[in-house]
This record gives sequence, C-alpha cells and structure tokens, in this order.
Amino acid sequence: MSDTTARAIPDRLESRWTTWLKSWEMLLVGVVVFVFAVNAYASPYFLNAWNLSDATFNFTEKAMIAMAMALLIIAGEIDLSVAAIIALASTLMGLALQYGAGTPELVMIGLGVGLLCGAFNGLLVTGLGLPSIVVTIGTMSLFRGIAYIILGDKAFTGYPVDFAFFGQGYVWWVISFELVLFLFIALIFGVLLHATYFGRMVYAIGNNATGALFSGIRVARVKFILFLLTGLMSGVAAVCLTSRLGSTRPSIAFAWELEVVTMVVLGGVSILGGSGSIPGVVLAALIMGLVTFGFGLANVPGIVMSIFIGMLLIGVIAAPIVWRRLRGESAN
Amino acid sequence: MLNSASPAIAQHASPSATQPLLTLDGVSKSFPGVRALSEVALDLYPGTVTALVGENGAGKSTLVKILTGIYQPDEGTITLAGEPVSFSTAYDAARAGITAIHQETVLFDELSVAENIYLGHAPRGPFGLIDWKRMNKDAAALLRRVGADIDPEARLRGLGIASKHLVAIARALSVEARIVIMDEPTAALSHKEINELYELVERLKAEGKAILFISHKFDEIFRIADRYTVFRDGECVGAGLIADTSHDELVHLMVGRSVDKIFPKTEAEIGEKVFTVSGYSHPTEFADIGFELRRGEILGFYGLVGAGRSELMQALFGITRPSRGAVRIDGEVAVIRSPAEAIRRGIVYVPEERGSQGAIAGLPIFQNVTLPSLGKTTRAGFLKLAEEFRLAREYTSRLELRAAALDRDIATLSGGNQQKVVIAKWLATKPKVIILDEPTKGIDIGSKAAVHEFMSELASEGLSIIMVSSEIPEVLGMADRVIVMREGRIVGEFAREGLDAETLVRAAAGIDKVQS
Amino acid sequence: MISRFLKSREALLAGAIVLLTVLIAIRFPAFVSAANLVRVFNDTSILIILALGQMMVILTRCIDLSMAANLALSGMVVAMLNAAIPGIPVPALIALAIAVGAILGAFNGIFVWKLDIPPIVVTLGTLTIFRGLVFVLSGGAWVNAHQMSDAFKAFPRAVFFGLPVLSWVAIFIVVLMTVLIGRTALGRAFYAVGGNPTAAVYTGIDVGRTRFVAFTLAGALAGLSGYLWISRYAVAYVDIAGGFELDIIAACVIGGISIAGGIGSVGGAVLGALFFGVIKNALPVVNISPFWQLAISGAAIIVAVAFNARAERRRGRIILRQSEAAS
Repeated sequence: MSDTTARAIPDRLESRWTTWLKSWEMLLVGVVVFVFAVNAYASPYFLNAWNLSDATFNFTEKAMIAMAMALLIIAGEIDLSVAAIIALASTLMGLALQYGAGTPELVMIGLGVGLLCGAFNGLLVTGLGLPSIVVTIGTMSLFRGIAYIILGDKAFTGYPVDFAFFGQGYVWWVISFELVLFLFIALIFGVLLHATYFGRMVYAIGNNATGALFSGIRVARVKFILFLLTGLMSGVAAVCLTSRLGSTRPSIAFAWELEVVTMVVLGGVSILGGSGSIPGVVLAALIMGLVTFGFGLANVPGIVMSIFIGMLLIGVIAAPIVWRRLRGESAN
Repeated sequence: MLNSASPAIAQHASPSATQPLLTLDGVSKSFPGVRALSEVALDLYPGTVTALVGENGAGKSTLVKILTGIYQPDEGTITLAGEPVSFSTAYDAARAGITAIHQETVLFDELSVAENIYLGHAPRGPFGLIDWKRMNKDAAALLRRVGADIDPEARLRGLGIASKHLVAIARALSVEARIVIMDEPTAALSHKEINELYELVERLKAEGKAILFISHKFDEIFRIADRYTVFRDGECVGAGLIADTSHDELVHLMVGRSVDKIFPKTEAEIGEKVFTVSGYSHPTEFADIGFELRRGEILGFYGLVGAGRSELMQALFGITRPSRGAVRIDGEVAVIRSPAEAIRRGIVYVPEERGSQGAIAGLPIFQNVTLPSLGKTTRAGFLKLAEEFRLAREYTSRLELRAAALDRDIATLSGGNQQKVVIAKWLATKPKVIILDEPTKGIDIGSKAAVHEFMSELASEGLSIIMVSSEIPEVLGMADRVIVMREGRIVGEFAREGLDAETLVRAAAGIDKVQS
Repeated sequence: MISRFLKSREALLAGAIVLLTVLIAIRFPAFVSAANLVRVFNDTSILIILALGQMMVILTRCIDLSMAANLALSGMVVAMLNAAIPGIPVPALIALAIAVGAILGAFNGIFVWKLDIPPIVVTLGTLTIFRGLVFVLSGGAWVNAHQMSDAFKAFPRAVFFGLPVLSWVAIFIVVLMTVLIGRTALGRAFYAVGGNPTAAVYTGIDVGRTRFVAFTLAGALAGLSGYLWISRYAVAYVDIAGGFELDIIAACVIGGISIAGGIGSVGGAVLGALFFGVIKNALPVVNISPFWQLAISGAAIIVAVAFNARAERRRGRIILRQSEAAS
C-alpha cells in the first residue's frame, strides 16, 4: 500500500519492541529459560548461589574472546589462533615470573603479548591480503609452538598470591571478579558494535567489503583493529585463566578456538559475515555454560555435552533454512 | 520519424533460400519491475551470420541467456530444426548444439587449454578414464582449425583475452555446436586479433554454423553479418538483410524515439571551473586524459564497453593510483589516494556495479544512506539514530524512493530504487562533483526518468556532474558536453548543440577519424 | 613437460624437502639410511592419506574440520568390534571402517549440498559430535593392545618388499587418487567447481552434488585412516588424533592447495605431508627438541600461504594497447 503513496516512507514498519520480540536473541532467551528450568528440575544442587557462581567459570574466559571474535566474524574474517595466543601469553607470563616479575608486570605482559599476536595476524591478513582462516591456522601452530619450545613438557607454577585474584577472586558475595570483568567487556563491545560509528563500519564491511571501500571506509584499518582487539581479549583471557589455574602448561586452553567460534555462531552471528549481535553471543555463552554445568551436575561428562553443542550449532543454522524452504515450497 | 524504419521489419525481408535452423517466436521474459523481453522474434539460418543490435538494456543479454538455458522464457516458443525445444538447464542447451562465447569468457583459469575445451565431454580410454593424449591431440587439431597458435597443455591463466576467446570458440566446435552465439567478441581485442576473428567467423560460416553476432560496432556488422535484428527496450523493432540496409537506418532503429521529449534536461547556469584533470595516465588502463568541469555542468563520457571510462573514474575517486597527471579542485592541486579522501574533497562516485560496489545489501536503507556521512550523524563516535533517519528521509524523499520503511534491507528494493538509495547516499555528503557511472543501467523506465530529472535538478543547484553512459539517448539528452573515449584515450569532445547519435557512434568505434 | 614441472610449486617444495634432507644428512648421515627413510615415510603415511582426502574437499572450495574426529569414531567402532568379536576377519573390519567414515563424510556433505550451510560451520559441529560419539560408544574406556586380535594389529606392520603394509596402503591411495583426480570426470569436476562455480554450472556440472561426493570420499579415507591409526598404535581412546584436523589442512596448504578452491595437485598434498614427516623425524636426529615441530610447521604454513597468494594474484585488464603503451 505504501507503494502507491510513495512519498512518506515510515522510518520503521513495526516498533523496535516487535522487532526485538521476533529476533534470534529472543529465541536464545527462551532457550536459556528452558535450560535453566530443566536444570533446576533435574538437580537439587542447581539452584544454589555458590554452585551457580562456580558455573560461570565454565564460560567467562571463552566468552571474553567471543565478544571480540563476534566483531571479527561480522566483518568477514576469523581468528583461529586465540587459544594459542592464550598459551603463548601465559607461557611468557610464566617466564617473566622466573625473572621475578610481580603481578602488575605479569598483567602487562599478558595483555601485551595478546596485542602483539593480534597485530601479527592483522598485518598478515590486511597487509599481505592473505585469507584469515589459513593465516590463523598457521599462527595458531606458531604461537603454541613457541610456548612448547619455551616450556616443553614442564609447567610454570608459583604465581604470586595477589595474582590469584583475577581468576579466583570475588568482588562481592558470590560475584566473581571474572564475571564482573566479562560483563564489563560485554558492555563495552555491545556499545562499540551497536552504538558507534566503528560498529557500523564493521557491519558494512562484513556485508560488502568492496561497497564499504567505495563508501570511503578504510577497510584494512578497521580489520586490523579487530584483529588487535581479538588478540587483546585473548591476552585478558590468558591473565584470568592463568590466575585461575595457578599454573601454565603449553597445552593450556587447548582447542578453545573451536568453542569460541561455536559460541559466536550459536549467538546468531553469520559465519559469512554481516550480521549478528553482542546480546546474542552473551546469551549463547550463558547457554553453553548452563548446559555444561547442568550435565556436570547430572554426572554427564563434558564431552557428551559437546555432542549437544555440536547438534545445537548445526540445528540452529539449519532450522531457519529448512523452515524457509518448506514455506517457500508451499507458497509456489 | 519512425517511418523510414518500417520497410525493414522482419516479415518484409526477402525470403532466404534455406529454412531457419532456429526460430524464436513471441518470446517474453519479465523480472520484478522490468519486462526485459516482450514478444521478440528471431531467426537464425545455417551458414549465416545474424547481427543482433541494440543499446545496453535492450534485452540482448537476456535473449542470450534464454538461448543458452540459463533463463527460461515466460512465454513464446523456440524451434530448433523444426522441432519445438525447451532448455531447463545450461547443459540442455549445450547438448542441443547451442553454445555461447561470452564477453567475459566463462572458462577455468587453472585448467589446461585442452581441458577447458573438453571439460564435461573428454575423450575416454580404457576403464572410462580420460585419455589425455588424445584430448591434447584433438584439442591441438581444433585449435589449428580456429587458426590459433596455442599450446593445448598450457594453463589458461597465462593466456591473453584474445587467446581465451579462441579457446572458447574451440570449445564450441568440440561440442559440435550448430549455433554459435558471440557476445561482443571483439570488445577487448586488438586490430590484428579482430581480423583473425573475422576470418574465423567466415570459416564457421563455411562450415554451416548459424552465428548470432552481438556487437556495437557498425563497421564490423557491415563487414561480416548477412542479416540483422534490432532490439529496443525489449522489443524487436527491425530485422532483415544487411545488404538492404545502411548505417543510418540501423542507428535510427536502435535509438528510435525522439530524444528531447523524454529527457527532462533543464538549462542550468554553467559557472566557473570546479574540477580540472590534466595529463592523467595509468600504466595500463588510460593515458593523457585531460578535461575540465564547470559548476552546474553535466559532462557526458561516452564510449564502448571497455574503453577505460570506469577505470578513469575509479582512479579519480582514489580506488586505483594514476601514474602521472594532476587533478585540481577549485584551482587547487589535489592528491587523492583513497575514497575517504575523495569524499572529504567533495568528489563522490556512484559506481556502475550497483550490487557489488554501490549498495550494501544486508544493511537497512537508512544506514546505506548515512554510511559515507556518518561523521556528521555521530557525536564522539556514537551514533545518533534519530539524526540518521532524518538525513535518510530528507534525501530519499527528494529522489522519490519507493520503499515500505527506511529500516528495511536495501536488498528488498527493486534495482531502480536501490540506485536511488545509492545516489541519495552520495548526495548526503554534499559533494561538489558527482561521478555517475552508468546511472540508469538495468533499471526500469520510471526510475530512469526520476534519476534523470534529479540530475537536472542537481545541476541547476550548482553541482557538477560527470555522467559515464553507454546509452546514446541518455548522453544526448542529458549532457551539456560529451567526451568520447576509445582504448583508454579521449578521441573526441563535442558540445551539445548539433550533436547526433551517428557522430558519437562513429567516434567511439573509430569508423571515421573524427579526432578532436 | 620437464621445464613445466621445474617451474611448478611441487618442484619447489620437493626441492625444499630434498635440501632439508641433504643438510641433515651432512651432519647426520644415518638420517638418509634406507631404513630411516622408510620409517619417515611410514610415519607420514596416514597424514598423506588424510591430506589427499582433505585436498578433494578444499578443491571444491569447502573445508572439512571433522576428519580427525571421523578417524577417531571409525577407528573406535572397529576397535571395539574387534575386541568384542575377535573372529571377524580384518578385511571386513577395514571395509567397515571405510563405510563408517564414508557415512560420516556424507553426513557433512548432505548439509553442505542440500541446505547450503557453510562447510566450516557444518564440520565444526560434526567435529564435536563425532568426538562426543566416540565417548558415548566407548564410555570413555580405552581399547588396549591386549584386547585387539593379533591379526588386527599385525596387518599394517607386515612387511612386503621392504615396506610395511601401512606404507603400501598410502602408496596405493596416492596412485588411486592420481587416477581419480587426473583421469576421471569427477576428479576434473572438483577443479571446475572450486575454480569457477558459475562456469561449472554452465558446463553442466552439479556443484552441490560434486561437493557432497568430495566430502563422502574424504570421509571414506578418514575411516580407512581410523583403522590404520588404531591398529598401528594398538590403542583406541577418545582423544586419538586430537587436533590432527589442523595438521591435515596445514599439509594441504604447504602443498600449495589453495583454500579458495580449484588449485592443487596430488603431488602437492603428498609433498606437504612429507614435509611434516621429515621435520618431525629430523628434529630428534639433529638434537632439537621435538617441541620445535609445532612452531616450525606454523611458520611453514604462513610462508606457504604467502607464497601461494603471490603466485595466484590476478593480473588486471589491460585496455591500453601494448603497441601504444610502448610508443
């Protein structure tokens, strides 16, 4: 009907509330509630503040990386080296410890190594124009390889007592420092992606990088910054994880990259780039954490949970396609 | 004024000795918002070259896609050797003996020449395995037949465009094609290569193939074609024997309508020099480009496809780097290294490839509009949605955009409306110079008119416009001055007064030496 | 012919491997003893087989992250069956492993073909599903050497003409793949689909179906490798070949197979895998900690992909005539 009147085009067809209610994120909220309810019903130990607090450690570190990874994937790139960056950052922190570094130095080293690794990835991808999936498979071996060269089959232990706060400390009652840090990071990335110029450029690049370039966006620079941010978040995760474990082995955070990517995709980010949201990824992290925790209470091993996560990943992507196809065929 | 054209209409043409090999009758094809073909007819005779002539957007490429099975017609019949046929896939058409040699040859860069010729029907040896030896030998024989000196074992990647064409032709011969469609085969060839291609066409003719030859170049049509068919706006407006027609008549049929009536050209006041380009050269794409642009002026750039116009505009916009030359904006030398810089300097570019370079599908309409001017709708890097909607509303309403709502994905719009959004996006940056590259390519008549009207309006507001166009009526109707390019160089510059279609066509094709 | 080979990526890689071997041999002649070279090849056999499977998938512009998990699942199936019913002949078990692998591969392929889901997402999902199923199937328990029948363990180790059967299997697969890739319509279709999907459609090739077949065949090779891996190391557990999926891709990348599809050769994949084999086996010989291996392969991947990208960079269209440009 608006086709015939043509002149006044409304800003929106439906209110933001309606759009929000029909969104992927709403579906995830439903899943969170469902998983929560099933868990609460299945186990008497579930609804316990301390247990729930423990459960958050299942996902907070991975979810921190997932925030930056979400932006990177929306922009059409990927970083598979994040877990290896944790290993390298943690190893170099351990090495610095041997030379007497204190907590502030350790944190600086962890974040600095993350940034440098991110910059290295970013340079290879944007500077040389290489495909990020292959580059980061390479740097994944390289970064973790350096950790192995330094550590071999040994481990660094004996981190300072005050360093333990990042992974083991509580800010208030059952609220851990990691959880607060994660929520803070999620807020920052949420605002960055959804409310700033930078976030808009990320979406534009992911939907059509050439079109973005033709619109005057400095595509390479934005992508480089995203690799930097992903490296930095891996560094943050390295500090938290090292602090929580109190030791460093080169196999630390092994295969986390796949879990982080799963979290991002489950959160509704298109692996082809261009769409997705931070609330979605936060909810996906929550779901993965709750499922892990619930299965744990039910004495189901973590690896069985991975079947569930794997099916969830394929299922949530396949379902809309199957649905659209069924509807499309009935329409014809 | 169409009277002079009527004697050439199909039914009138003298009957040929042979029956047509392929006949299209009443074929129509529509796309959302556009009727690409409307009850067209076409006859192809064995051993005959039929030229298909028409402006861009006249429906030629749609016809080729129907003949090769990529599209299926909405209505109408195709008759091949007396039998009605329908092709539901590209493979069906190929098996029926119809093959097309495309402008941008669709071949496989990483495979060998022989394999490109025989992919899908390679000679088999024992156990059904591909017999490479025989394939290479057969390919060499085919290549000799088309007069190509190409190693069948070489990888296609290393070949030039002319050689790739020859490989595509060899492929056509390998499938025993009876009908060969050549879509602007000489657009990217050198003089020598073109002559070789003509010889080849003669040889195919002698072998009894029916050839459909699509070309913009009149000299070659008169040199090699026996028959012609002219399309205009998706309709067949004339057909007959080349011997019975003339350059003038074909141009007339092609352009058809009276130009001034359709184009809402208003005389804008042309002011001082805004933009000057001198000695502008690129290592491979264009050389010695010099022109100036004044306030309120619409400068047309005409030429054949591949004349280097888009490449020049993209260099001016900072996408590629020139090797020499200077650009002055308001008399001041400007070095433009990136689109961001060009935009800051007030030069914007509406690209030809709307899908891949202009519209950002996946983003809502209002975000497409505000993308290059986000600096103005943000505070300290934070978005101001209300401001964005205001800007989008202002510019889309000026262009009479038709859309359900501004927060819809731009991909949901028709081509014409997408183009309006893309133009709106650039106007919102308040430019001094706007470069429109084929601004009405592939959009419906209504949107075309809106875009043209708007161009006049902008010019009268003092904006300077460069319009790259391959559509003669558009160039004649809209431009105050026309520059013609051929093979990367400027070959002519014409004032609006007294300029006609023939002059442009001749200059672009290099028929007469109409050097400036 | 020969000059063309000398200019190819394969020749460069072969040269690099030979040079590496020679350098090692100068200091440590024992490295190039026949017995040691046989050992290096035998150690690399499974990686060669898997890399060839991955190559088919990558050629069609897809990727399979689930190959190592497929290997673990197929291997576990036959290991448990062997432990439970020792009487089943080994050839039947091998056939079963291949079949299980092919089914798992087809599962990946069907999602890519029929639902158009990006291969990286599908195989990321099936990677965790397959691995999880290994656990469900085995209950987390190991199948140890003493539970496996002697024939089951002996097969890959039996020596014919100086080479273990494991090596012969790899050689057989290389020959088979050379024929499949080079001499069949299917093999050429892999290149067409990955090199230019649009043009492939014009040539009458079904792009989705070709990809499906590539995934299924890669799965079959992963299944075969499952048996070989478990019988060779005489142990099966949940985490076998954990993380190996990336080694497989790395071997392909080093072997010059373009992740963008359509470029690569059997020789390249084999050499890419051998490069890994030589490095892995040479490190202890030259007294470098084996912990260097990972970093070296990472650096090799980066160098290889940078090198490939340079070779693949397209030339632009040239509008100005050469004669004019010259004058």
